[in-house]
Amino acid sequence: MDVRYWTYILVGLTFALYIGIAIWSRAGSTKEFYVAGGGVPSIANGMATAADWMSAASFISMAGIISFAGRDGSVYLMGWTGGYVLLALLLAPYLRRFGKFTVPDFIGDRYYSRLARFVAVICAIFVSFTYVAGQMRGVGVVFSRFLEVDVNTGVIIGMVIVLFYAVLGGMKGITYTQVAQYCVLIFAFMVPAIFLSFQMTGNPVPQIGMGGEYLDTGMPLLEKLDGLSEELGFNTYTEGQKSTFDVFCITAALMCGTAGLPHVIVRFYTVKKASAARTSALWALLFIAILYTTAPAIAVFARVNLLKTVSETSYTEVPEWFKNWEDSELIAWVDKNGDGKIQYNGDGAAFAALEGDPKFIPRFKGKRDDAERGEFGERLLENPPTDGTNELYIDRDIIVLANPEIGQLPNWVIALVAAGGLAAALSTAAGLLLVISTSVAHDLVKKTFVPGLSEKSELILARCAAAAAVIVAGYFGINPPGFVAEVVAFAFGLAASSFFPAIILGIFSKRTTMQGVIAGMISGLTFTASYIIYFKFINAGGTLWWGISPEGIGTVGMLVNFVVTILVSLATPHPPQEIRDLVDRVRLPRAAFGEEDAGPVDH
Amino acid sequence: MSKPNLPSEEAKSLYWRKNLTWLGILLSIWFVVSYGCGILFVDQLDKIRIPGTGFKLGFWFAQQGSIYVFLVLIGVYVVVMNRLDRQLLGGEQD
Repeated sequence: MDVRYWTYILVGLTFALYIGIAIWSRAGSTKEFYVAGGGVPSIANGMATAADWMSAASFISMAGIISFAGRDGSVYLMGWTGGYVLLALLLAPYLRRFGKFTVPDFIGDRYYSRLARFVAVICAIFVSFTYVAGQMRGVGVVFSRFLEVDVNTGVIIGMVIVLFYAVLGGMKGITYTQVAQYCVLIFAFMVPAIFLSFQMTGNPVPQIGMGGEYLDTGMPLLEKLDGLSEELGFNTYTEGQKSTFDVFCITAALMCGTAGLPHVIVRFYTVKKASAARTSALWALLFIAILYTTAPAIAVFARVNLLKTVSETSYTEVPEWFKNWEDSELIAWVDKNGDGKIQYNGDGAAFAALEGDPKFIPRFKGKRDDAERGEFGERLLENPPTDGTNELYIDRDIIVLANPEIGQLPNWVIALVAAGGLAAALSTAAGLLLVISTSVAHDLVKKTFVPGLSEKSELILARCAAAAAVIVAGYFGINPPGFVAEVVAFAFGLAASSFFPAIILGIFSKRTTMQGVIAGMISGLTFTASYIIYFKFINAGGTLWWGISPEGIGTVGMLVNFVVTILVSLATPHPPQEIRDLVDRVRLPRAAFGEEDAGPVDH
Repeated sequence: MSKPNLPSEEAKSLYWRKNLTWLGILLSIWFVVSYGCGILFVDQLDKIRIPGTGFKLGFWFAQQGSIYVFLVLIGVYVVVMNRLDRQLLGGEQD
């Protein structure tokens, strides 16, 4: 059966499942809407957290990035899972005992300041929107390639689905839908990996197959890949190119940035007891680790297959997937020497970016159906060719999606990957939309502007805010700002240099004062933002300070924040007694004060 | 169900100190494995090959090993904190 029909069937079935779950678990109160009533079993919550955490970036992009970056790609693997450890050990248990719904709630109460709360709300909304826009783009990419609809139509379909179950079900609907989405996405990620691992190394476990022997030649797969890469002038796969210090900084910024992600923190509120929150954190990391340890294996399999299939092949003989992705404008070939063969090597980019393009992307002549084509049937580009001998451009996002095709797996596996990519994107988008709606309805309107808001109006407001957020996110999905990647770097740096020190010091030091934390957040933010804006937009390519790339500067911004917060706190009067008591209470289980531990309190 | 006696101030501060000690131990391992083995000393470790596989040790830590260790760390944390909670609350399950 055709890939397209398989895709319609699998995507249709999974969507029907999500909608069915949403109807079955409608939210009736704000507590159900915000935290699913606080009664979700640990394993289910662990799966939902994992689906929430693993976005379209983890599912679609990460293995591709690693496939092209080799060992340097480890920053994402360690950064995102290591950040989870920080979150589970240093933040989640205390925020949970604090017993409110959101991070801005904590910052506002702990630092007895509306200004601090306001800064935190703005950060939470900014970080969440950056993320949602990325998810919507992921949805668009999947739809355009597999269902051959327009990217915009794809985004709109995605919007309608998310709108339906996020607005109707709130956190309760989202949680149970995410459980289903986790199952879909992990199945979709593992099946091709297991197939490929078995095909290439004879071992069905990708984590082991990655270190196994390549059946074709009998040498270790990684050695084979290193050899192939060097032969073609690429960097050696298992060696790093970035400086050790830069890798250190990027990893730290990713870890501390992800630890402060508001949509994951709120997950720890959805189980009944603190001990259940810890158990579900363990389950969640287990579920995340399955994907995160498989991704580097997929990266290796895909890279070997890609180098072997494409290099020195004549265009008229390339496999079908190559031309399909070229039609989706994610592969581009410029036949510089006119021999009709694809030269793919490490000698520079295939073409130069067009003047005025915010980032390096191919611009094709003509649209999909009436494209201008060259001598061999390849699509022609507006971009001028470069002097290097490399003729091929491959978008990193296609590695996971094209992997089953490159490995010549059955059609249903290809369709399954499409459904999995959608599950990953939709689950994260829904979680983030909920954070945005909570931030607006609860933190901004109820806590800042209209304190007397009734529960019923708050719930209506939260639903409206979620709906508005979907529409804004959809707009960014259809008209992605050219600097999505830069904005994502910005979001991590921002979270690391603002939230992270404020929460850590708020829990572990009673001496930290309102003045200290506000000064710290502002200086950390300003420093990080100025560095990123300067080196990304004003003087891109300038000499970096200490060789730290903008992605890693959040680490320095975080240190600045810590130092300023501590110094200013020491110079200002102690926080009031009731704040010190509050800190004492979040450090110990609620039962130590004779209280029931039943999740967040109603307002 | 009768309410258990509330823990003394002493028990509470002991709980917090033990909590901090465990955090110190777990986060030190966390740092050594990820930043140490996966980043700072990765080139030295790469000279060693894991026997029977194609993995260089540093590369393996950076792309596989660190994640397994993270999992174990959270597992240990769950066990330790459950035990601490029981001690603090006088044998009562929380």
